[in-house]
Amino acid sequence: MDDGSSQIAISMPTPAEPKLASQILNARIRKTFPAPEHGFSLDVEFSVAPGFTILFGPSGSGKTTLLDCVAGLATPNAGRIAVGERLWFDVASHVDVPVAKRGVAYVLQDLALFPHLTVEQNTEYGLAHLPRLERRQRAAAMLQEFRIKHVRQQRPAEISGGERQRVALARALVTNPCVLLLDEPLAALDAFTKSKILDDLRRWNQAHGIPILYVTHTREEVIALGERVLVMEEGRIIAQGTPHEVLSAPLQETVAQLAGFENIFDASVESVHEDRGTMLCRIMTSCPPAGREDRSVLLETPLIRAESGSGLRVGIRAGDILLAVATPVGLSARNILAGRLSSLERRDMIISARVDCGVEVEVHLTLAARDALDLAEGRQVWLVIKTHSCHLMRR
Amino acid sequence: MSIDWQAFRLTIVLAVVVSIILTVVGLPLASWIAFSRRRWKFLVEALVALPIVLPPTVLGFYVLVALGSRSPLGRWWQSLTGHTLAFTFTGLVIGSILYSLPFAVQPFAASFSSVDPKLLAASATLGASPLRTFFRVVVPLSVPGLVTGVALAFAHTMGEFGVVLMIGGNIPGVTRTVSIDIYDQVQASDYAAANATALLLLIFCFAVLTLVYGLNRRTSLAGRPGQRPWMMGPVK
Repeated sequence: MDDGSSQIAISMPTPAEPKLASQILNARIRKTFPAPEHGFSLDVEFSVAPGFTILFGPSGSGKTTLLDCVAGLATPNAGRIAVGERLWFDVASHVDVPVAKRGVAYVLQDLALFPHLTVEQNTEYGLAHLPRLERRQRAAAMLQEFRIKHVRQQRPAEISGGERQRVALARALVTNPCVLLLDEPLAALDAFTKSKILDDLRRWNQAHGIPILYVTHTREEVIALGERVLVMEEGRIIAQGTPHEVLSAPLQETVAQLAGFENIFDASVESVHEDRGTMLCRIMTSCPPAGREDRSVLLETPLIRAESGSGLRVGIRAGDILLAVATPVGLSARNILAGRLSSLERRDMIISARVDCGVEVEVHLTLAARDALDLAEGRQVWLVIKTHSCHLMRR
Repeated sequence: MSIDWQAFRLTIVLAVVVSIILTVVGLPLASWIAFSRRRWKFLVEALVALPIVLPPTVLGFYVLVALGSRSPLGRWWQSLTGHTLAFTFTGLVIGSILYSLPFAVQPFAASFSSVDPKLLAASATLGASPLRTFFRVVVPLSVPGLVTGVALAFAHTMGEFGVVLMIGGNIPGVTRTVSIDIYDQVQASDYAAANATALLLLIFCFAVLTLVYGLNRRTSLAGRPGQRPWMMGPVK
């Protein structure tokens, strides 16, 4: 993916237009929206290499504003945006290249296809500067590549959601952009259609090697795309790396809550076992009742870069924990905690059980499991937690 | 029973000329009103809407003063052509344009601002200039509003009376319109002639408006009213 330059010569659609070599998007953006309505400020610095980079964060974290600034639809208060050698925006030297001249492809969240134009006309829209014949050929090749040639005479209202998505991509990419911005374009599509479209987009970009900034707020999509991730929150980039690095361990706690950890505990590293790829972490009990033995809990967790004694947080999803009514034996899971059921609460179709094992742990069960195990409050139970279900976060 | 065909023809020519000029002037003015973010935009909007509430005689009076030989505009025109604008067909056109301005500009501006701004953003990212965006995206999606505006301006000019009387007077073949003709016939107690002329005007105006709104209905059906067809995300 990084080495797009070597492949560019092969797939150059039009020799007339000089293709930009794979270039890195570098941006430093500061933009503030004045209070009182919704005082919000975006303050980020990032770079996007050729290939996919995912911009992940909750709604309202500033993802769309960031894209708007890169595209030139919004003007930052300060900063600098450049793609390779080309400077798009720089406060210091008063450069602000207008949107139409940036050569950026931007697929908006609701696609914004022109409803009065056919698929073919939509695709040709960005090629107005070319002679008619070349326009036709370029659009036709693009429609072929994105498998929407059969609907070229139809209007956006007459085609399916997946096809519309392909039209939006084809319309944006046919202009040979030097950066592609995608604002949750596939969020509403089913997984199958989505992966088909992503395959076509990946194949296209293997030949062109441009930086693609892909915005999403769903964790599943981040994992499915499996590329470099920038995590955003409240206008800041708070983590970056592979999905595994930013979504697994160690995380900022806010991201963890976003990713749905019902159990988050303070812990300290007890011992590190590099040979086994694990560590032992001691969960801090809030206040051991006077006169009782210290029932602090030890958990085996995946290995991360941390030293013995350092403080961490452990996140465990309630649905990842097994519950047993007898001492479990012969399991691969490394963490077996004895405890007592302190409450059972029905939430729609699941049972949320709280178990006191020195710390209180939330476990999710099905209704059937509750009945089969004959669970009741006060009953002695054992919790089984796999090492890799323990997600480590920064404190 | 005599119908003054000359007055009839003059009225239609006046309405057509005014509609054409209002379309040309109204498009940029309406797009400015729809898209500008100037703080004093409301002043222009109020000014454009003024003829709706102003008595035609008030408007006609000030236009007459402005066109007369004592105003700078009137003097400039006189030095250019040798005669004043008052009591001429050209003067009538100027007065009618001002009088019918809001009836064209307001529907134009309303339909422009209902075009999804995301389409404008998409057009810009595809390299289109604001002018190209206007003619390729904004105007085609505003056709019903444009038709309505032109139809209203046309009908309003066909039926105007007060402004014509103030600026144009009643010169046959130059400024004598149908509505003034009818007024004259009633003043002369020639009710039969007044009825004939009035009925003809009524039928003509009704026919034009029926045609226009009928066509408009077809175009907006194609765009499916009640839905905003450009808000077309993936099907949910």
